[in-house]
Amino acid sequence: MTTPVFDEMWGQDETLRDPYRGFDAWFSGEDLGRLRAKQREAEDLFRLTGITFNVYGRAEAEERLIPFDIIPRIISNAEWQKLTRGIEQRVRAINAFLYDIYHKQEIIKAGRIPAEMISRNIAFEPHMIGVEPPGGVYTHIVGIDLVRTGPGDFFVLEDNARTPSGVSYMLENRETMLQMFPELFSRNRVQQVQSYPSDLRRSLAACAPNRVEGKPVVAVLTPGIFNSAYFEHAFLADQMGVELVEGNDLRVVDGKVAMRTTRGYKPIDVLYRRVDDEYIDPLNFNPESSLGIPGIMDVYRSGGITIANAPGTGIADDKAIYSYMPEIVEFYTGERPLLQNVPTWRCSEPDALAYVLEHLEELVVKEVHGSGGYGMLIGPTASKKEIATFRKKLSARPANYIAQPTLALSTVPIFTRNGLAPRHVDLRPFVLVSPEGIRVTPGGLTRVALKSGSLVVNSSQGGGTKDTWVLED
Amino acid sequence: MAMLGKTANGLFWMFRYLERAENTARLIETGQRIALTRLGDADDEWKSILQSAGAYEAFKEEYDDVNKDDVIDYLLRSKTNGSSVLSCMNSARHNARLVRTALTGEVWEATNAAYMAARELLARKVSERDLPKVLGAIRQRAALVRGMTHGTMMRNEIYDFARIGTFLERADNTARILDVKYYVLLPSVSAVGTSLDNVQWETILRSVSARGGFRMEYGGGAGPQEIADFLVLDRRMPRSLAFCTRKLRENLTHLGSGTGQSLPSQKLVSHMERMYLSHDIEAVFDYGLHEFIQKMLGQFRELAQQIEIDYRFYE
Repeated sequence: MTTPVFDEMWGQDETLRDPYRGFDAWFSGEDLGRLRAKQREAEDLFRLTGITFNVYGRAEAEERLIPFDIIPRIISNAEWQKLTRGIEQRVRAINAFLYDIYHKQEIIKAGRIPAEMISRNIAFEPHMIGVEPPGGVYTHIVGIDLVRTGPGDFFVLEDNARTPSGVSYMLENRETMLQMFPELFSRNRVQQVQSYPSDLRRSLAACAPNRVEGKPVVAVLTPGIFNSAYFEHAFLADQMGVELVEGNDLRVVDGKVAMRTTRGYKPIDVLYRRVDDEYIDPLNFNPESSLGIPGIMDVYRSGGITIANAPGTGIADDKAIYSYMPEIVEFYTGERPLLQNVPTWRCSEPDALAYVLEHLEELVVKEVHGSGGYGMLIGPTASKKEIATFRKKLSARPANYIAQPTLALSTVPIFTRNGLAPRHVDLRPFVLVSPEGIRVTPGGLTRVALKSGSLVVNSSQGGGTKDTWVLED
Repeated sequence: MAMLGKTANGLFWMFRYLERAENTARLIETGQRIALTRLGDADDEWKSILQSAGAYEAFKEEYDDVNKDDVIDYLLRSKTNGSSVLSCMNSARHNARLVRTALTGEVWEATNAAYMAARELLARKVSERDLPKVLGAIRQRAALVRGMTHGTMMRNEIYDFARIGTFLERADNTARILDVKYYVLLPSVSAVGTSLDNVQWETILRSVSARGGFRMEYGGGAGPQEIADFLVLDRRMPRSLAFCTRKLRENLTHLGSGTGQSLPSQKLVSHMERMYLSHDIEAVFDYGLHEFIQKMLGQFRELAQQIEIDYRFYE
């Protein structure tokens, strides 16, 4: 890589950037030994809280901690405001796109995206055609993945419009930092993130079906205790003060989805589901699923319950659709997109495929429906053999892949044995959508590649997390 | 208020397992104490301990004969023994994770910390020298969870199910100890005052943490009948059958309040109190102590099943 990497603390020319001034003054007075002890203390706190994730494919679904780095990532309010406007625009466009796709499909008629992008897409959900989701909202919760390459240059990497996870880390990271370094928060005015659970509850309640009078009953649906994000499901239900349910706690009673309580079945109005579309209703989707509720889709279609996020939203964060996002934003908002898209080659197109095959060692190639950093090729760091293997996979099923240039992701300092050292990061802000409006929590989840030079930030691949600060003006 | 049937189930078992972990630790302590005083046949005592823990049959399938080291390890750490201290802590935490939203942060963290401590303390076979320290730590951890429960939980349905799990397990535990040792409490066979009897009686009192209370109540000159009375009928002794049953009745009544109906489990527990626990100890001996204990064990089992049904623990 030839372009110099942008460091969020030191810029491109080793000049301390403004948002980090308060932090730098504090850090230069700190003793490394004390900070090392603090790093261990943080791990003990996480272990005690039980903020773990389960690792699939291991005996007894072993629980592990995601490594936490004690150095905060700091963003100024001006930078954040600009980013927020871009996020809001994008999320509005995504909801308009979903409504259109499941109704008149104007965007296809206008020739802005090819019809087969929708009709042949496995994320397209025919059961949703013509359905009016309560409040007109499809994506109640979005976690847009962003990367940064310069002071004002943010790119959207993924839109995550299905069931984005990680918000519990945003909250627990802040909680831990507040406990360990209270003095840092007296010196820096950091915008709070702790109202997220009550904001989430309000936002979900505002999307309740019309039939509901009084306070809507909200519940979180989890696949169960062995799911990798179970901690987060329980955490959010607990913090919102709502029930955490599994498929076998629910059934359709008198045309409503109801949960089995100690005093009989009680209807639910809004279900924040952390179960994938295909498992949510064995009658309508995967008949093998034991995680869902038979018949819930029929209740949903008749307006009896809100499902958040709505089924079928996957069509909007599909990696092939992603490449059309600039057109999508323009089509529905009439504005130029404020956030940049990473240039994307769709390998389904012969010219693009030819280019990609020729430049594999410079590109990042991803599966259209992959996630978690699995099944991807990072050209610049891959071995000759890895590239050769990938070339075969790509040639065999080109439509299954997209390719993007390797971006020079920004770095932020992490704490190492020898003090601060730069590592690459991304950012996942969390967005709530309801008829009352769009709310972006100031902060988000910063994932950091702990290995020097690495660009892979996924926790399943050895990435860690950090507290993310948005300063007040 | 109503809560998920699944959550009620999870709370019930979380607290049963916590209570069981503590009881098993106490049984091991008692066994070790007897072994060290070298009175009576030590292996016989370990057999009784296994029986009291309800683990004798399963133990025999894994080991040919009963000896101290194996028994202690089996009761402390065995993964195949679902009632070993380690298994109990594991199950308690698993259930706590299931019902995380019903617990206060304090109770969850105390439970998680208890589990982490147990896993560390019991990672390897525990040496004789470390045994008292390990057992003490485990009882202390369990007590912390109980303290946090008492100090931070709302007195609502959630609390009721936590208490019901605790008292059913405790009643069952006291009844099983009596079931194994009932014969030393029979007036006819006891030659009062022999040192062997004294040891046996002390074993029973120790295994339910009742030595201090008993001494306070009766001083030194009491025999088997008083012990039986203390453990079965005393309403102030927190591990007696009468005490536990009263607590069960109170919690079930509280659960049922406002529903305008009396559920079968509530009727059953009232029946148990009236039929078996409102007479004096002579009546119990007349009925036959062993028969009485067997009857009580059966009633507690039935009560647990009825609660499961009444409160929709399962689909």
